[in-house]
Amino acid sequence: MAEEPVGCAKPTGTVVGQPPDSRNELRADAGEGGRPMVMVKVGGKAPDFQAPAYHRGKFVNVKLSDYAGKWVLLCFYPGDFTFV
Amino acid sequence: MSAVAGRFDELQKLGVEVLSASTDSVFVHKMWEEHELSKMTKSGIPWPMLSDGAGNLGKVYGVYDENNGINIRGRFLIDPDGVVQAMEVMTPPVGRKIGEAIRQLHAFQLVRKSKGTEACPAEWEPGKPTLKPGPDLVGNVWKVWQPE
Repeated sequence: MAEEPVGCAKPTGTVVGQPPDSRNELRADAGEGGRPMVMVKVGGKAPDFQAPAYHRGKFVNVKLSDYAGKWVLLCFYPGDFTFV
Repeated sequence: MSAVAGRFDELQKLGVEVLSASTDSVFVHKMWEEHELSKMTKSGIPWPMLSDGAGNLGKVYGVYDENNGINIRGRFLIDPDGVVQAMEVMTPPVGRKIGEAIRQLHAFQLVRKSKGTEACPAEWEPGKPTLKPGPDLVGNVWKVWQPE
């Protein structure tokens, strides 16, 4: 993981294959409530993504497909500094 | 997250890499790690903490709550082929039990190693007997497995 240059912009994660600003694309094939049609199912491929990350004192970029050949535990959570 | 960090060595022994993601920026991740998580763990958070500010990841993984602009709790086990083997999605006020994720990892790794010739029954724990699916097992599970 190469260290990323730090700017003032607030970078975000993106799904590989979707442009960073994919609002129109998402809207075009969105299901009810604007959710994209692509949804994870067990037994199916995990959608690849890349995202800026903080890792041991450095800002890096992480791509899920870089972990091919390994088991991955991916955890989403509501927010930093929350209580649970 | 600190609960996962406490079992990180065990996860590494199982060959498991950890990634966490929230809609917070990497700057907030840094502050949280330095000011709080490092005080709750032996050596801080050893894995990359991902920033999903726009919820793009959360949307495709089905955990993004667009009314609140956050990702709800979602845990996914992804195998070496990139296939999602298990998921657990929960609303925010209740935390996860990392021990259950580790139990499932043991089970999925065993099944994978056996190339699908073995299966882990309900309540299975590492070290307990597995089932060997086949014609002989049909109608005979009761002989080899009973609920506790």
